[in-house]
Amino acid sequence: MTQAAAHTLPGGRGFYDEPGRHTGIRGWIFSTDHKRIGLLYLGSMSVFFLTALTLGVLMRLEMLSPGKTIVEPQTYNTFFTLHGIMMIFLFIIPGLPAVFGNFLLPIMIGAKDVFFPRLNLLSWWLFMIGGLLALASVFFPGGAADTGWTFYVPYSVRTSTNVLPALIAAFILGFSSILTGLNFVTTIHRMRAPGMDWFRMPLFVWSLYATAWIQILATPIVGITLLLVAVERMFGVGIFDPALGGDPVLFQHLFWIYSHPAVYIMVLPGLGVVSEILPVFARRTIFGYKFIAYSSLAIAFLGSLVWAHHMFTVGMSNTGMFVFSLLTFLVSIPSAIKVFNWIATLYKGSIALEPPLLFILSFIIQFSIGGFTGLMLGALAVNIHVQDTYFVVGHFHYVMFGGTGFGLFAAMHYWFPKMFGRMYKKGPAVVAWALTTLGFNMLYFPFLILGYMGMPRRYYDYLPEYQSVHVVATVGSWVLALGVIILIVNLLVSLRRGAIAPANPWGGKTLEWTVPSPPPMENFDTIPTVTTGPYDYSEYEQRSAEHP
Amino acid sequence: MGMWLFLFTELILFGGLFIVYAVYRYTHPDAFHLAAAELNTFVGTVNTLILLTSSLTVAMSITAVQEGKKGFALALLGMTIMMGLAFLVNKYFEWGHKFEVGIYPGAPELLAQPQGVILYFGLYFVMTGLHALHVIIGLAVLLYVFEAVRRGSINAGSYVRLESGALYWHLVDIIWIFLFPLFYLLH
Repeated sequence: MTQAAAHTLPGGRGFYDEPGRHTGIRGWIFSTDHKRIGLLYLGSMSVFFLTALTLGVLMRLEMLSPGKTIVEPQTYNTFFTLHGIMMIFLFIIPGLPAVFGNFLLPIMIGAKDVFFPRLNLLSWWLFMIGGLLALASVFFPGGAADTGWTFYVPYSVRTSTNVLPALIAAFILGFSSILTGLNFVTTIHRMRAPGMDWFRMPLFVWSLYATAWIQILATPIVGITLLLVAVERMFGVGIFDPALGGDPVLFQHLFWIYSHPAVYIMVLPGLGVVSEILPVFARRTIFGYKFIAYSSLAIAFLGSLVWAHHMFTVGMSNTGMFVFSLLTFLVSIPSAIKVFNWIATLYKGSIALEPPLLFILSFIIQFSIGGFTGLMLGALAVNIHVQDTYFVVGHFHYVMFGGTGFGLFAAMHYWFPKMFGRMYKKGPAVVAWALTTLGFNMLYFPFLILGYMGMPRRYYDYLPEYQSVHVVATVGSWVLALGVIILIVNLLVSLRRGAIAPANPWGGKTLEWTVPSPPPMENFDTIPTVTTGPYDYSEYEQRSAEHP
Repeated sequence: MGMWLFLFTELILFGGLFIVYAVYRYTHPDAFHLAAAELNTFVGTVNTLILLTSSLTVAMSITAVQEGKKGFALALLGMTIMMGLAFLVNKYFEWGHKFEVGIYPGAPELLAQPQGVILYFGLYFVMTGLHALHVIIGLAVLLYVFEAVRRGSINAGSYVRLESGALYWHLVDIIWIFLFPLFYLLH
């Protein structure tokens, strides 16, 4: 926010006017206000996102033609490693919970702040330390890590590149994630406003709650696993090194015990955003509120039991493979419950096609494609065929980017007026939506085809017959990047020039729309008493029933 | 509640290590049996007694603070800290002895042993090492609490920080209670 903005906002600038004990930049980086911390995350995360996005575009450029196009093979290895580490640990995992969770969770449940405000600030500092360490490892002598984000042993123990800083960075980021989860669980249990009982909570809060539990329960395992790899590198204790009797497959088990639930850390808040935005623009009560709430918990629970489906080809027992395959199929039940409930919510709604809803519609379609390809991967026979191919890459980009990424874009467009007190221009936002959706599908659908044809992931070179599909994907990456640039520029320009936002521009019914935009320092003058559920659109439904 | 959740994550952190231990004990039962005989059960038992007693004193210090007996509480906390230090000193001599006889990661004598023995001592150093790290962190917390009690900012009306510090110390204790039989007694 700039000085110019200060003069034009009639209702003052809410919490922006009260920096607390410090002023200037220190008023931000030492602030314990949950809204400021949310915006800190937004800023730092955007920088990491754009860096990783650039790496991704460069990788696509390299794959434009077989053989060397722009970079050497070793550089390509470090590119996909950094792209993975940054996108996963610095963008998607903290993305929705840390930015929008921090900003909105206390307001949505009618609280003044999170339960541990100082711990919240510490989480951000840990996040920054970890993020900068990961970036800095590129410049240490030895070169950036080239193991892929999964750090598989024994290669990660033996390579001479800077795996150690990357491991420690991931460990610190894990710590930050645990503390955020801990804070959210405690906040949701202890700080709900009077009358805000469990089934009056907005569904975004439910999804944050499920996410927070996974963060608490799963992250320590990856923490100890990465720590063991670090110890292994430093002292050679032999726990994962087959030369000393260790078992590399054990590493994979421990790694995926966290990293598969982490997938749900990434996607659950995205599902929450959909459940939050859909009813507002369909002007209808969400269909099956309790089912959506419980399905979040079911996904969190089942998601913790399916980790070995990443390892169908390492040589497990047939019984093990069968059980993990079955459990994997079970996860699709709560996911499908959500999708059906969303579609039922849209049915007979008075739909307002605003940018947030457009992004949500893309989300639903892309998430479904991601889900279906996930089912294919969960089937044992198909899995053997497409293991470690572009099919897998296409699948998880459909879920992670097509799902969570678009959920984040939607959240950005939905809560932007609340966060900054200004509206953005609708035209460019719609153009950005069209370009990102088009570019995204043009980029990743060919991945599914390539994978089915047999193109292995992480390969630097490929056979000439794959080239035409690779070219389509690369052009798609340009369209997508253009869309993202337009999206960001539009929002940045609106920060200064946008029209003043009213308290409730979309007609939302949750608590954050009852306070001014941007919200005042402690959110509420008096803590509200909640008497109804979060999506009470009965007046609209009544009207459409009378005049069908 | 936050503190309990945090302790929970700590337990899971060690839980990962216990899984590794269980798997390797299952795949190398004989070597684990043999290697465990190398450890000095006496030193381990002494350390167990020390830690258990220190848990008692720290728990008593909470009651003392609640009843407003500041001097007594300080004495009990001081005893806890001294016992924590004694534990570390013991550990130092134990590790030092292992290093002398050529048992440390990467030592040529150890590498000549069967793989199960290498794994056993790898786990031994990692798990007791990580535990010792937690003892050091716990001591830092207790020192902070000690100072707060002395200044009077922890008193009969407000002792949440003392309780949290004590909980952490109990965690350190309880992890040791599992480490001790797994490494020292099973042979």
